[in-house]
Amino acid sequence: MIEFHSVTKRFPDGTLAVEDFSLVLPSRKTTVFVGSSGCGKTTLLRMINRMIDPSSGSIEIDGVDIASGSAVALRRSIGYVMQNSGLLPHRRVIDNVATVPLLKGVKKVDAHTQAMELLDTVGLDRALAYRYPSQLSGGQQQRVGVARGLAVNPNILLMDEPFGAVDPIVRDDLQQELLRLQHDLDKTVVFVTHDIDEAFLLGDQVVILEKGAQIAQVGTPKEILANPASDFVASFIGADRGKRRLAVDSTVSRSGDDVVLVDGAGYVAGVIEAPGGVLPGAGAGVSTNSRARSVSNKTDQAGDA
Amino acid sequence: MNLFLDALNFMFDPANLTGANGILSRLVDHLWYTGLSMAVAVVIGIPLGLLVGHTGRGRNAVVAVSSAARALPTLGLIFLIILYTGLGVGPLIVVLVILAVPPLLAGAYSGLEAVNRSTIDAARAIGMTEWQILFKVEMPLAMPLIFGGIRSATLQVIATATIAGYVGLTGLGRFLIEGLALRDYKLALAGAILVIALALCVDTILALAQRLVIPHGVARGLTRHPDESAAPTPRQHGRVSPAPSNL
Ligand SMILES: Nc1ncnc2c1ncn2[C@@H]1O[C@H](COP(=O)(O)OP(=O)(O)OP(=O)(O)O)[C@@H](O)[C@H]1O
Ligand SMILES: [Mg+2]
Repeated sequence: MIEFHSVTKRFPDGTLAVEDFSLVLPSRKTTVFVGSSGCGKTTLLRMINRMIDPSSGSIEIDGVDIASGSAVALRRSIGYVMQNSGLLPHRRVIDNVATVPLLKGVKKVDAHTQAMELLDTVGLDRALAYRYPSQLSGGQQQRVGVARGLAVNPNILLMDEPFGAVDPIVRDDLQQELLRLQHDLDKTVVFVTHDIDEAFLLGDQVVILEKGAQIAQVGTPKEILANPASDFVASFIGADRGKRRLAVDSTVSRSGDDVVLVDGAGYVAGVIEAPGGVLPGAGAGVSTNSRARSVSNKTDQAGDA
Repeated sequence: MNLFLDALNFMFDPANLTGANGILSRLVDHLWYTGLSMAVAVVIGIPLGLLVGHTGRGRNAVVAVSSAARALPTLGLIFLIILYTGLGVGPLIVVLVILAVPPLLAGAYSGLEAVNRSTIDAARAIGMTEWQILFKVEMPLAMPLIFGGIRSATLQVIATATIAGYVGLTGLGRFLIEGLALRDYKLALAGAILVIALALCVDTILALAQRLVIPHGVARGLTRHPDESAAPTPRQHGRVSPAPSNL
């Protein structure tokens, strides 16, 4: 469990990046910080592994103030994955993954064996182990970054827009991989993104932030979608523009048992199964051309087939 | 052209090779001055340059002192020192060290400055200590520029060690100076050729050594992420090839 207690960060140049932030991040859950650029997400994340020290307030991990021990030891106990993988360009993939275990004195053979297993875990071919990072694609580099983050078997994994620089298809892949990993490994994940769809996909707890890391709303994706706490949240999640409110389109001819859904602006958002013309979960009296149901959907993945 | 042939004849005459004033003995002296000065200069220049590059502090002071040192007239300086200390190897070494330190410093700090900030940040974030960052990340990645500094300092020292001949010492410069004094131009030319040949040989050896010292991933010019090529970092030598596309 990670707890922020009235944490404020003012940078030397006077920028107030985080103002009086308090929050509990539950163990073994994924908490996503989401907000527009410059709202303080990275600053929040980097205060957890003491890459940035708060100006005031405190952060506790499992009840222990992180400021009490050594920063290096803390960082070695926490996985960190960043946008541009941050791999060491002069080391082969396997040595990158094994970096921290080697620093901690694990024997080279053991560290390498474990690194190889981690490549499997993140879905990378072992044949890539002896390449240099520059010989990998962006998506592969990110996977190596995740493998390195997992190498010390940390309880906490910090991820700062890890999939921000890869194309949508690879991002989709990596997101699914992370969901699977999280299902298997049960880490406390803190994930930063400015993509609300990614936040809703990955987050058990989603924290929508405004400038200065002011919490606009905290909750599960469902809670936030169902009850946006403010106009800001509604606009941020796209609810005000009708993007999330989907309706059955009656003008498009049906093929088989699928019915086409459109969003508020009339754009095709996806299809929904409706065996025999009846929407699932709906009463027998509801026909497919009613506008009664709204369905949350990942808008940017509409049309993925 | 005749003069040139005469010079070559002199160089390849076995009689001139050995003996107290022979080519070999003066070559050894020349190498000794060079090696000693470079050893002292490396001990001073590289750690200082690394310190400046790692912390980013004191850069302006170092640049100012370096360019002042580069502007000092070597010959004037050595005579000035000799006035105080008398003849000996000491003044020569002092002068050569003053000459060699600026390129070493510049190589070291510009090498560290050229290392991608986000690589260093990542190294720190995964729990490397500052020393580990310096030795395991910054130095290997900066090696092309650090080594470039060592090479150019060595060349300058080899060339300048010629002045040893002016101050009662030997070395290959002795042929040049004796030749000029005696108006024996073939001797002077032979001295000059020997110094140049020595410089070329040593540089070739250093170039080979460079390949061994510089890590593979770095030799490809990978000191920064391909997608950050928009943000230029200082690069002095053309030795680092552009980052290849990773797509
Ligand atoms: N080292 C620093 N010195 C001064 N100001 C900083 C520093 N780092 C961040 N800031 C400022 O603090 C604010 C929050 O920055 P932060 O990096 O946390 O934003 P972010 O939410 O991660 O944004 P992005 O989505 O663009 O990554 C910004 O206004 C930024 O300019
Ligand atoms: Mg950020």
